[in-house]
Amino acid sequence: MSATTLSRGKENDLGGSSGYLKWQAKAAPYLFIAPFLILFAVFGAYPIIKSLSLSFYATNGPKDAVPVGIANYSFLLSDPDFWIAVKNTVVYALFSIFLQLPIALGLALLLSQDWVKGRSFWRLAFFSPNLMGQVFVGVLFAILFQPQFGLINIALNKLTGGYIPLDTKWLNDSANVMPALVITSIWMYAGFNMIYFLAALQSVDKDLYEASAVDGANLWQQFRHVTIPAIMPVITFVLVTSTLGSLQLFELPYLLLGNGPGPDNAGLTIIMYLYDRGFVTGDLGYASAVGWTLAIGMLIISLIQVKLTGASREA
Amino acid sequence: MGRTIGRFALYIILVLAAILALVPFVWLIAATVKPSQDMFVYTFFGPRVTFKNFTELFTTVPFARYIINSVFIACASVCVQLFLSSLAGFSLAKYQFKGKKFVYLLMLATLMIPGQLTIAPTYELLYRMGFVDTYIGLIIPAAVSVFGIFLFERSMRQVPDELLDAARIDGCTEFRIYRDVVIPVSRPMIGAFCLIAFMGAWNSFLWPQIMLHSNHRFTLPIALNQMVNLYSQSYGLLMAGTFLAILPVIALFFLLQREFVAGLTAGAVKG
Repeated sequence: MSATTLSRGKENDLGGSSGYLKWQAKAAPYLFIAPFLILFAVFGAYPIIKSLSLSFYATNGPKDAVPVGIANYSFLLSDPDFWIAVKNTVVYALFSIFLQLPIALGLALLLSQDWVKGRSFWRLAFFSPNLMGQVFVGVLFAILFQPQFGLINIALNKLTGGYIPLDTKWLNDSANVMPALVITSIWMYAGFNMIYFLAALQSVDKDLYEASAVDGANLWQQFRHVTIPAIMPVITFVLVTSTLGSLQLFELPYLLLGNGPGPDNAGLTIIMYLYDRGFVTGDLGYASAVGWTLAIGMLIISLIQVKLTGASREA
Repeated sequence: MGRTIGRFALYIILVLAAILALVPFVWLIAATVKPSQDMFVYTFFGPRVTFKNFTELFTTVPFARYIINSVFIACASVCVQLFLSSLAGFSLAKYQFKGKKFVYLLMLATLMIPGQLTIAPTYELLYRMGFVDTYIGLIIPAAVSVFGIFLFERSMRQVPDELLDAARIDGCTEFRIYRDVVIPVSRPMIGAFCLIAFMGAWNSFLWPQIMLHSNHRFTLPIALNQMVNLYSQSYGLLMAGTFLAILPVIALFFLLQREFVAGLTAGAVKG
């Protein structure tokens, strides 16, 4: 805002403004970056430091805090509910990596073929589920997963000739909660990640394929030795971002399971655990300890992923 | 011959995948116009078409108010983010200044920090500032988008320095150069960023759920979640609400589709 007033002032003061012009040219980069720095200080740096110190307190709402040392962390690590949340979140992330991403890459490989007609239509169709936010997807799929009349049971029942019964419970049966979550997230995110893979595939140098074809490489060898190395940076990017996204899963199960963890905590995720302990129970200190534990876990996992994919690029 | 059959099989996969992706939308639209007695008699559209679900939506809950709240918050948030992020991006793209490396470092650090880590202390801070249950409390913590700074820094680097120097010789201030030279040529990136930022603000759930307490301030995701808890059996009502809630994003996407894909992949794919 200050920059606006500066430029106004200049327009009013035409004579003798060269000193001002010089000053504002020097100050401009700092003034332009200042809002980011101020907001970072207040809503980035401060909360991070504060959350670290807060994680050593037991609090009751924002007002009253009692120092407890590392008790939050030791309680966290001994709480079976936390480990259920970790297990669920990790299982979900593994399905994202090993099921959803290959589907996304497969669709992108199909669409990157030269002979495919109507590419922008297919791309739009596959991407469209991502336009719905997780909350709205949750509301819709909670109904689609209903026994008896839900679309998913009707379709599965018809396709399997009655093998999958109409009254299959998805969200009320602890064994089926995770499959339901995975199905929903594939619907929502496969097309989204496909966009990245497709953009990468389309920027691969066509000469590389021709050269390898001349050398007698078959389709699989081309894929393995030309395509994969060429799109490795994007694979790393998509792998890391979708893993981080999976580890922060919250809205989808929270909406699908009626604002709770589901039967036998089958849909409890780490963030749901954080939200419940921090904002429903009201212990912001404990929530901060959960947040730091998750952040450290996320950092370690993404470093490992970058290392692994980087190493395979060199091999 | 083998090639034709292969291609045909691959087209079938594409068609099946497209059906899987689009059928839930068709079901959703059908459910909004079915009277409740037809809801489960007909899987998709029934013989009767009604708009009662929509009229009920606006009479049972203050849905118009929720729409206005969401539109206001999303638009305000996008405008603030657009202005501050493009300004910062311009500064990094076109100036040499002390501490620039440090700024990049801060930006990378921000990208690495999960938002959930800062939820509790940010809530505490805003509570002390008196911003709990206000729109300011939703907009200000997200007023600068680091993703946006990267996006604009990248695209504004393409603007030739000669253009900026010419404006300087004409006596333009640096802010006028930003406003009248750099912003007009960055239009594609602005389109992409607006859509991405709008989707983020529009679909945001956890933070508004924590911050907003008064029903008349609720955004659509919060309101819809509450409706699921209150009217869990009124499927027509819930689907009508969901349909209206996703419509603006879909409309905006059709408007900005080309820019959106370019912006989304700008960070990940080079060239």
